[in-house]
Amino acid sequence: MNLDVLNRPALQPETTPKLAIADCDVHPRPRGSGIGGVSKALYPYLPKYWREHVATFGLTYRQPWEKGSAYPKGQPLACRRDAWPDGDAPGSDLAFMAAQHLDPNNVALGILNPLTSGQGAQNPDLSAAVTHATNEWQVAEWTSRDKRLRASVVIPFEDAAASVREIELRTGDPNFAQVLFLSRTADPLGHRRYWPIYEAAAAAGLPVGVHAFGYGGWPITAGGWGSFYIEEMVGHAQAQQALLVSMIFEGVFERIPTLKVVLIEAGLAWAASLAWRMDRQWAKLRGEVPQVKRPPSEYMRTNVWFTTQPIEEPEPRAQLAETIEWIGWDRVLFATDYPHWDFDDPAHALPVRMTETQRRAVFLENAKAVYGVV
Amino acid sequence: MNEGGPIDCDLHPTVPALKALLPYLDEHWRETAVRRGFDELAPISYPSVNPLTARADWRDAQGKGAAGPERLAAEALAPFGTTLAICNCLYGAQVPFSEDIAAAFCRSVNDWMAREWLDRDERLRASIVVPMLSPELAAAEIDRVAPDRRFVQVLLLVSGELPLGRRPNWPIYAAAERHGLPIGIHAGSTYRHPVTPVGWPSSFVEDYVHQAGGFQSQLTSLIAEGVFSKFPALTVVLLESGVTWLPAYLWRLTKFWKGLRSEVPWVSDPPSSIVRERVRLTLQPFDAPPERAAVMRVIEHIGSDEMLLFSTDYPHWQFEGAAAVPDGLDPTLARKIMVENPRRTYSRLQETVS
Repeated sequence: MNLDVLNRPALQPETTPKLAIADCDVHPRPRGSGIGGVSKALYPYLPKYWREHVATFGLTYRQPWEKGSAYPKGQPLACRRDAWPDGDAPGSDLAFMAAQHLDPNNVALGILNPLTSGQGAQNPDLSAAVTHATNEWQVAEWTSRDKRLRASVVIPFEDAAASVREIELRTGDPNFAQVLFLSRTADPLGHRRYWPIYEAAAAAGLPVGVHAFGYGGWPITAGGWGSFYIEEMVGHAQAQQALLVSMIFEGVFERIPTLKVVLIEAGLAWAASLAWRMDRQWAKLRGEVPQVKRPPSEYMRTNVWFTTQPIEEPEPRAQLAETIEWIGWDRVLFATDYPHWDFDDPAHALPVRMTETQRRAVFLENAKAVYGVV
Repeated sequence: MNEGGPIDCDLHPTVPALKALLPYLDEHWRETAVRRGFDELAPISYPSVNPLTARADWRDAQGKGAAGPERLAAEALAPFGTTLAICNCLYGAQVPFSEDIAAAFCRSVNDWMAREWLDRDERLRASIVVPMLSPELAAAEIDRVAPDRRFVQVLLLVSGELPLGRRPNWPIYAAAERHGLPIGIHAGSTYRHPVTPVGWPSSFVEDYVHQAGGFQSQLTSLIAEGVFSKFPALTVVLLESGVTWLPAYLWRLTKFWKGLRSEVPWVSDPPSSIVRERVRLTLQPFDAPPERAAVMRVIEHIGSDEMLLFSTDYPHWQFEGAAAVPDGLDPTLARKIMVENPRRTYSRLQETVS
């Protein structure tokens, strides 16, 4: 990779924000890993067969490149140029992450979402092996060493049976706070092939988080492949809308009323209009989808949460507060996306006028409630 | 012509059957259609039996809506005092995989529209249907039809083979700009790709809800590829796109533009400014909030009173009775949406056509 990074000491804010916060989107990365291939840091958790398989055949996705993402990012690994620990990739060093982010920003709860974990790999058995190894690695190298952090159960979501086995393995383990999907799946997430995963997650008392990105093989627009990274980045909001529409209209929340879904890194302001649009069409066309018993907006109010980053920035900013009123303050979970380039700083990201109750809810209490953390 | 009357910017005359187009096909394609037994080119974006495709009280004895200009006049023009109406034919002429078949049927639809509709009611205008998978043939069709000044716009479907901003499509925009025609982008797909970025949905209602997502990603494509700077006189009208998604979409797009504009240096203005100046949206469906007061909040979030154009979306089922204007919309703004905004968007509407 061609790198151009800022080698400088981590910047420390002059004053630490008083409020303890939950960061619902933190990205740990095995040392040396990018997209494609498997990091040697995971080898201790991989069976010999799969280590040899990876060395011989590699790990590939439904996209053109052996290494790297479909569109070149705006920065190396889409990361802050000041977030590179000496000699390795951002997010690969717990001490560096603590010094640069967790300590100064007073993070009381950090949800780990590893993104280079073999999810969406073309070979389903390899996907299962690498996701399992990533879960072992999260406990061994992160959550067991820093009690502020909780891991996500990464699963080979295109294989429901293997995913259910992995979830059952983690049931009752306090190291894990949610089950993680990537948003760009092979089918819309309401399809019944994914239902056993939701049933297992609900049975384990774990929310299902869906993080932007993935390798479903479909273009980000309904009209083909765009040219630019900015189209993909903006398009993640459309992908998350699509999977939410699918889960609601396929009746997932009627079938599994206790299922909690957290939509991660796709913004949230779009949720208000989407709810209105779904309700209007459902009122006329509900005969086609008898499994949907309530107006779609009601499921969004009871079963769905949204992380803030990258938070929309209206001018004037007060319009963001009006929009959150329509969505519900209890639906909103603060996230920074550390160490990625579009990191939202908790001191500046949400300059909307909030009551003290709303501020505490968004920055900490909602997350504790969703993830069942005391 | 009543200069001050409402202008309906999105109505859908129905092609009764492929047979009706045969007289407008040249001999080769007429014979081919018959001898090969072509099926109706009825796209799944609007299945003929679906309740949304035609409001129940607007269907004729055969179950078709908008079956002729007399019914359209009685059901869609009279109730609103509409003085001009833009017909957007959604028969699947641009959908065939063969660009030759698509071009032949687009020609036939445009000629059918002129003879069977525009000639029979002087209040009617129309959009030029083009074989969008072949920009070369599409531009040729625009050049052929544009001299008839009753055609006021070029019609594309929101989802085709290539994202709309991509350079191979640019001859279509060059032709439209040359003739002073806005590009109208309508809900619907040629289904070369699934209607969502995560694969095929299971129901029509999902397909329809996600049309709004299709508009969002296509607007990103048009902006990111620089269509608005390459064609400075071009206006884009989003037809049946939904409206209330626009502010949140622009907040997100403009934020990423700030962070990533080095990737698209030709986008020199904030996307929100480009869209407010160059993009218009028809009113139905509005996707209105349930609280009346929130409607004007959304208008404030849009940040412009010039972007919305009155439409009934006739015969599609978007409202009951004559309630085409969302409850809660300021009356002065409603008047602007019904009259002034359409006139400023479609320069050909200012002309007296004899």
